[in-house]
Amino acid sequence: MSILTKSRIKSPWLLHYDCGGCNGCDIEVLAALTPIYDIERFGIVNIGNPKHADVLLVTGPVNHRNKRVLRNLYEQMPEPKLVIAVGTCACTGGIFYNCPNTLGGIDKIIPVDVYIPGCAVRPEAIIDAVVIALGKLKEYKG
Amino acid sequence: MLPEPIHLKLELEDETVVGVTPIIGYIYRGIEKAGELNPFRNNVFLVERICGICSFTHALCYCEAVEKLMQVEVPPRARFIRLCWSELSRIHSHLLWLGLFADAMGFESLFMQCWRAREIILDISEMTAGHRIIQSTSIIGGIRRDIDKEMAKEVEHKLSDFKELMDNTVSPTVYNDPTIKRRTVGKGMLSKEQANLLGAVGPILRGSGVPLDIRQTGYAAYKETGFEPIVESDGDCYARTIVRLREIYQSRELILKALSLMPEGDISVTVRGNPPEGEMIHRAEQPRGEVVYYIKGNGTRNLDRLRVRTPTFANIPPLLTMLPGCELADVPVITLSIDPCIACTER
Repeated sequence: MSILTKSRIKSPWLLHYDCGGCNGCDIEVLAALTPIYDIERFGIVNIGNPKHADVLLVTGPVNHRNKRVLRNLYEQMPEPKLVIAVGTCACTGGIFYNCPNTLGGIDKIIPVDVYIPGCAVRPEAIIDAVVIALGKLKEYKG
Repeated sequence: MLPEPIHLKLELEDETVVGVTPIIGYIYRGIEKAGELNPFRNNVFLVERICGICSFTHALCYCEAVEKLMQVEVPPRARFIRLCWSELSRIHSHLLWLGLFADAMGFESLFMQCWRAREIILDISEMTAGHRIIQSTSIIGGIRRDIDKEMAKEVEHKLSDFKELMDNTVSPTVYNDPTIKRRTVGKGMLSKEQANLLGAVGPILRGSGVPLDIRQTGYAAYKETGFEPIVESDGDCYARTIVRLREIYQSRELILKALSLMPEGDISVTVRGNPPEGEMIHRAEQPRGEVVYYIKGNGTRNLDRLRVRTPTFANIPPLLTMLPGCELADVPVITLSIDPCIACTER
């Protein structure tokens, strides 16, 4: 494993994008950063810039207006990049399956590495998903 | 910190804001249309997901609207437990907001303390309803889970822990800290007349000195517990902060009162049939203000129309009058002071 990959796994930076969720998963992503769960102790930092991010957390079913924004964010992230679909809506569209403006599942727009089902997901599940996603990074040759 | 997609197009002269145009629509899903496609009983779970923060109040308001239309009498115990959950969601929403507000002015440690206190409330939600945020416990005709005596005792115990934590950390900081005062006092002024004229709701209206709260109408069990709205008269960001902070304490008192007054009995009644032909409007007080549900039944299991008017939508016009004239650095603080919930607004 190169030193770059090693340090990436030690301290992954997250980018969180809400593409139409109900806020339930978004506040759980934030709750994972705060004292009880505190993922910053593992070196995980939430940042707002796609060019610094390693992991993209996406909540909510993607819709016709923001699919362009989501693709744009994904393309701006440097390789290797990981995508985590947070919550049932992001996995399949969930309860919004018959809403007229949703596409249902972010994997119709960008490739997804880890899916977390649940409505709303628990912070533990988010931490678990990040750990699983980082396992994939070990195989990356770059 | 909480990345919700709203786009405020600002016009600046040096550092002063002179004009602002809001652009919304990034997370429009079309929930109202889906509410016509789903059977009316399933809509409870759909409307809960309009907004994950005040989800229980949405479900409560929808259920009460349908119950009013179908002329169903809900057991009193169910109404008291509904009040408890709606107040729990108010406490957690206000603390979440206070944390984000602190983060917007760069006060990271207050943000962490607020979210620490909030976890106690989420623990209570999880213990009583089975989930931290989206509970799905309200159904048409009552509720799905009971709060028994042992559980009520545990809730009281946790709420006293919560009060101790709030008294020692969050409250003294908000009341005494000079940094918070310098960032909020006199910022984002909204007078009583303007608030009335622009149709502000919730803590923004009460922060401007208008004593109006939908809980005064006595839905759920507010009539039995009694309720007095909390009012501050200054009309700036600090007044709104204090209104919300005092409401946290008030909600705690309301929960304790409801738990002690709660009568024995059933928690739900069986509701048969479909909503009859007719219309119904029901209002409830969310953490962010007044929410209005309009439903139209047609005798079948699907509704003809489901319409929701959410508080943030009503609070955007007041925001547009607060912003012009302020400094660019105050824009995040003033925008957050209305507690925007874009997921509610766009649905």
